[in-house]
Amino acid sequence: MFVIRIPRYWRSKGFRYRLEGYRCEKCGHFHHSPRLVCRKCGSRSIRRDRLSQTGRLISYTVVKSSTPLFEQYVPYVVGVVKMVDGSLVVGQVTDCDPEELREDMQVEVTLRKIRVDGENKLIQYGYKFRPVIE
Amino acid sequence: MTNHVFASSVTLFKKLQEVMAAMPKVNGAYIHGYGGYVPRFRIKAAEIARVWGKDEKDVPIREKAVAGLDEDTITMAVEAARQALTRAGVDPKKIGAVHVGTESKPYAVKPSGTIVAEALGISNFITSADYEFACKAGTEAIQTIIAMVEARRIEYGLAIGADTAQGRPSDALEYTAASGAAALVIGGESKDAVARFEYSMTYVTDTPDFWRRSYERFPMHTSRFTGEPAYFKHTLTALKSLLQENGYKISDFDYFVFHQPNVKFPLTVAKVLAIPNSKVETGLVSGIIGNTYAACSLIGLVRILDSAKPGQRILLTSFGSGAGSDSLVITVEDGIESKRNKAPQLDKLIARRKEIDYALYIKMRDKIRGVQ
Ligand SMILES: [Zn+2]
Repeated sequence: MFVIRIPRYWRSKGFRYRLEGYRCEKCGHFHHSPRLVCRKCGSRSIRRDRLSQTGRLISYTVVKSSTPLFEQYVPYVVGVVKMVDGSLVVGQVTDCDPEELREDMQVEVTLRKIRVDGENKLIQYGYKFRPVIE
Repeated sequence: MTNHVFASSVTLFKKLQEVMAAMPKVNGAYIHGYGGYVPRFRIKAAEIARVWGKDEKDVPIREKAVAGLDEDTITMAVEAARQALTRAGVDPKKIGAVHVGTESKPYAVKPSGTIVAEALGISNFITSADYEFACKAGTEAIQTIIAMVEARRIEYGLAIGADTAQGRPSDALEYTAASGAAALVIGGESKDAVARFEYSMTYVTDTPDFWRRSYERFPMHTSRFTGEPAYFKHTLTALKSLLQENGYKISDFDYFVFHQPNVKFPLTVAKVLAIPNSKVETGLVSGIIGNTYAACSLIGLVRILDSAKPGQRILLTSFGSGAGSDSLVITVEDGIESKRNKAPQLDKLIARRKEIDYALYIKMRDKIRGVQ
C-alpha cells in the first residue's frame, strides 16, 4: 500500500504548505526540494523562493477511480497549473465541480487536507488550487 | 421574558461595579487587516427538518455553511488569515503571535496555530496557542493579541476564530452548527490602520448551559439555561458594563454585532436595548450561514468592515457557553478605504453557495461510521 512517510512529508512541508522551493539565480529554474546544483544549468547559486499564489489551469483530469487512500474524495480533479513565473505545478483542484472546470481558468493556492494517515491519524495538509474568488 | 432579563442585568450591573477588576480602555491596538471565510457548501434547515420529521416552519435559520471534505478548522483559519495578511500588507515575518480560538481543533493535542503560521510563511519565533471558550474563543484570542500589542511585546499579531461546529444528529443544534473562520491582524498605531480598538469588557460566570467532555463527539446542552441565564445575561452585562464605564450611549454606535446562535437571539438583544434593526442587520449573517461558533461575531464584524466608513463606531459582543461575553468598541479608521478591496468581500464567499442534501452532509461531517 502506498503510504507517505511522516518524516518525508514533514521535510517537504515548505513546498507542500506554501509552494516554497529553491530557484536558480542564473537561469531561473525552480526546484521543489533543496539542491546544491541547478538541475537545468548546473549553476551553484541557488536561493530560497516562493512561487506566486495564482496561476492558470492548463490541463486537468477528473479522477473517478482512486487508490483506497483517496476514495472518499472521488471524483476529484488533478490539474497542471502554470504559475505566474512560468513554473508548472501539479495539484488537486478543489471547491469546483468537474463541470465547472475550464482550461485557462485562473486558480489560486489554498491549504487543504490532503489525507489522514489511517493508522496514526496524522493529518497531512498541503496546497490545492481552487478557482479565484473575485 | 425580555423585560425581566433587562431588569436583572441592571441589578447585577450595580453589584458588579464594586468588583470590576479589568481595565476597559485599550491603548494603541489597531486592526490592520481582516478576513472572513465561509465554505461553499450549504444545507437548508428545512432539509434537516425533513429527515427528522420536524415542521420546516419551525427551523431557526434558513441554511448553514458546511466545510468540505478537505477542510477543517486549520484550513479555514488559513483562508481567513491569508486575507487578513493581504489586506494588512504586513510582511508575515513581522507577525509575532498566532492565536486560534476554536472548539473544533483537529487535534486534541497539537497546536493549530503552528500549522497556520507555517502555511502563511509567518516567522517561527512567535507565541502560538489554541484557545477554548466555546463560541467566545475567537474574541478571547483577540484580547490576548491586543494586550501583547499594547505591552509592545509584538509589532503585529494574528487573532483567529474558526470552527467546524457539530451537533448530534436530530439535536436542535444540528440546524445551526456551522463552519467558518475570521481573522484579524492587530498591531500598533498607523495612519493606514483599518480600525482602532477603544474599549473592551469581559464578563464570565460558571454556567452549565453547554459542554462537551473529552472523547465525546457531540456537545450536551440544557435548554433551561441556554437563553436567559446564559446568552442574554452575559451579552447584556458585558455590553452595559462597557457603556457605563466609558459613558457611551446606544446612539453613539453605527453598528452592533452579536454572537448569533440563531437569528432570534441577537434581534431580541437589539429589542431590549432599543437598537434599530438597521444597525444590526449588516453584521447578522446566521440566517444564511448558521452559527459558526468562535468565528460567529467576527464574521459579522468582517461584513460590517466590508462597507463601513471611517469614523463609524462598532460595538461587538461575543458570547461563549460556560459562559461569558467579550464586548469591544471598535472605531473605523481611514485605512479601511484602501484596504477593503485587496481581498474578496465576505458576500463573494457567501455567494459561492452549493447546496447539498442530508446524505452528502453526513458524509462531509464525518457522521458515517465505518468509512475511513
Ligand atoms: Zn539554473
